[in-house]
Amino acid sequence: MTRFLRYLVPLAIFFVLVVFLYRGLSLDPKLIPSPLIGKAMPQFVLPRLQEPDATISDKDLLGKVSIVNIWASWCVSCRAEHEVLLRLAQTGKVDIYGLNYKDDRANAQRWLSQLGNPYIVNAFDADGRTGIDWGVYGAPETFVIDSKGIIRYKQVGPLTVDILNTKIYPLLKELQPAT
Amino acid sequence: MIPELGHFALILALCMSLVLAIVPMIGSLNNTPGWVDLARPAAHGQFIFLVIAFGCLVNAFLSNDFSVLYVARNGNSQLPDIYKISAVWGAHEGSLLLWALILGAWTVAVSLFSRNLPAEMLARVLSVMGMVSIGFLSFLIFTSNPFERIFPVPLEGGDLNPLLQDFGLAIHPPMLYMGYVGMSVAFSFAIASLIGGKLDAAWARWSRPWTLIAWVFLTIGITLGSWWAYYELGWGGWWFWDPVENASFMPWVVATALIHSLAVSEKRGAFKRWTVLLALLAFSLSLLGTFLVRSGVLTSVHSFAADPARGLFILVFLAIVIGSSLTLYAWRAPEVSSGGKFSFFCRETLLLVNNLLLVVVAAFILLGTLAPLVFDAMGWGKISVGFPWFSKMFTIFTPFLVIVMGIGPLARWKRQDPAELAKKLRLALIVSISGGLLVALPLFYEGSAWSGFAVMLSLWLVSTLFISLRQRYQYRGGISGMLRDLGSRGSGSYYGMVIAHFGVAFFIIGITLVTQMDVEQDVRMSPGQTIELGKYNFRFEGTRTIQGPNYRAERGTVRVFDHANKEVAVLSPEKRTYLVQSKPMTEAGIDPGFLRDVYVSLGEPLGGGDWSLRLYYKPFIRWVWLGGILIGLGCLLAATDKRYRVAKSRKVAATQGLSDQSVSEGQPS
Repeated sequence: MTRFLRYLVPLAIFFVLVVFLYRGLSLDPKLIPSPLIGKAMPQFVLPRLQEPDATISDKDLLGKVSIVNIWASWCVSCRAEHEVLLRLAQTGKVDIYGLNYKDDRANAQRWLSQLGNPYIVNAFDADGRTGIDWGVYGAPETFVIDSKGIIRYKQVGPLTVDILNTKIYPLLKELQPAT
Repeated sequence: MIPELGHFALILALCMSLVLAIVPMIGSLNNTPGWVDLARPAAHGQFIFLVIAFGCLVNAFLSNDFSVLYVARNGNSQLPDIYKISAVWGAHEGSLLLWALILGAWTVAVSLFSRNLPAEMLARVLSVMGMVSIGFLSFLIFTSNPFERIFPVPLEGGDLNPLLQDFGLAIHPPMLYMGYVGMSVAFSFAIASLIGGKLDAAWARWSRPWTLIAWVFLTIGITLGSWWAYYELGWGGWWFWDPVENASFMPWVVATALIHSLAVSEKRGAFKRWTVLLALLAFSLSLLGTFLVRSGVLTSVHSFAADPARGLFILVFLAIVIGSSLTLYAWRAPEVSSGGKFSFFCRETLLLVNNLLLVVVAAFILLGTLAPLVFDAMGWGKISVGFPWFSKMFTIFTPFLVIVMGIGPLARWKRQDPAELAKKLRLALIVSISGGLLVALPLFYEGSAWSGFAVMLSLWLVSTLFISLRQRYQYRGGISGMLRDLGSRGSGSYYGMVIAHFGVAFFIIGITLVTQMDVEQDVRMSPGQTIELGKYNFRFEGTRTIQGPNYRAERGTVRVFDHANKEVAVLSPEKRTYLVQSKPMTEAGIDPGFLRDVYVSLGEPLGGGDWSLRLYYKPFIRWVWLGGILIGLGCLLAATDKRYRVAKSRKVAATQGLSDQSVSEGQPS
């Protein structure tokens, strides 16, 4: 019998492997907990994308719940995500601020005029310095900021309708009890 | 219309694979010759329909048929024709179709070149391949149909990922798939033999050439991939221990163990249970690789669109194929005789040691690749296992592997007198240690302990190979005897082994010296400025804009001078912007050389004509790929060994099991 058992070892190892792989299917490896969650958002002062002479800073986001979306016109996943952002903007539930990351101003403006503009204001981060402060891992990334300027949620990679329904909307409801 | 034809052909191919998987297998089990004979036509029919389906998809790309969703996503009318064709396997659906096509091709090849096999054995082998094919074809048809239409039809396609618009990458996936899928042949032979309960030397002899050829493709595919990463990604690296790379490397390592183990099983009838397990593992790891790449359970630089539904399908398929084959193994393996007897110290033992080492290496790679997933699943947090972990593991195991690799070919089968072997090895030991010290001491060269160690290991391999060659020289009676011997049975695998092992020596030197001695620098350069790096001076001449077929590029000019101020090379690194996906791409400027590469890539424009540049001096980098090519060539030579062809005419002997196989393999014994 023990002789027979020895030949079952590969099968047993494989079985354990399958259990982990199955578990892995429902986990998202891109979901990296940000050390920034629960902390105040990093300070920044940046020129605006559409009005280069005006600036926008972290102070402008205080006093209400807002979403900061980091995007660029060279980013393919951002294009995939754009529809979802437009839909989120249409609900009027929350202000979306854009952080246009390492982009070309003309390209970014063309993008917004062609695909639609879900953003209240876009900050223009040409050299990506502010992106580094925010711990940008790869565009697109999305942050939910509460009224005190604390980062409550971070999404790496494109938003989907599913994420809106399961993560963003419940969180907004929790953060905006009045509405 | 044509895409629908393709879709229909795909469905017919699935029907054929169903016939192939069921009918001949049942026929072979209850001795119905008519059913058994169906294997060959079913295999051919399946292949023909796959060729039609593949042709339809190629046609859709070439004719810019953007009504096909897959073409609309990955094709573009501006794409050069060669990349329109390679775009067919540029994304998920098409690469699966290529996989299925290659599996069909291997199946047909087995049916054509195995006429010496007993009919029911061939039927079972083809039938197992048919079962694998069912899995892939239904995966294609039910979750990843490449012929899906889109409406409204876009005017232009989304273009092939610019990273993939490169000749090296156009042929890298087919090569790799040939290797992956080729492992299914050894797998099917193993399963067929387990079903028949007849694991003998004949089984090893049949599967050996197939495994060797698949291994050649895998070797070349991996080498190509590494070369592509080097010149295309623009950061001078050539191996990143990325999950997708590991997915191709694990089957390679296990298959390496398999081809050596098959040699023992064929010649000595030993290790049969072990060999059959390796055959199952090699293909299982190929399938696992597919799962890892296609399901998105791991993050990788090769970002493919992840789809959990697809992931689940592959996982279930994986569980069925691997689970049932390992169950079959657990059921049948205990009945297999352990085969040829051998004493404690002999070539068999040495091969077994290296086999175990290779399997341990594969296990460690698997562990490192899956660790992030396991940690996540257990709720232990997120980790990433990076380059240092893998290189440490490799540095630990490689020396042992190489030492045994040197001794193995000199040892006798069955029984070896240690004193006699030590006498043979004395010279090799002296040569390698003194050579290593020469490099390690700063006396003559730049000197580094690691470089010295690598040179020592390589010299050990090279000198033991020369000792083995000298033995053969004496045994065959001089050069003329060796030349006469070239076409004889067994000589292909002997000389193939010699060439492949030389390749390993090159590889070790390349890999170590380039890691130890390469110099790199990120610099800001103005036009006309000169910077010194390594043995060279780099002068930046500025950039100009050029127009490619489907991209715009800034092309820089960097002149490289040696210390005598003689111009060595003019490099033209490019920063390309592909028009459709507006993705920036780096094309490195490389001056290749046998002893060193000079490598320049353009970073970002910094205003006023200044650019950030990345300069590299990479000694011996070519030896890495030269090693890979030699390993592949050696194995090809071994696969063409005459005795596999001779075996055909000795059909009867083959079917009766060749326990009388000669013991010597180019060795006086």
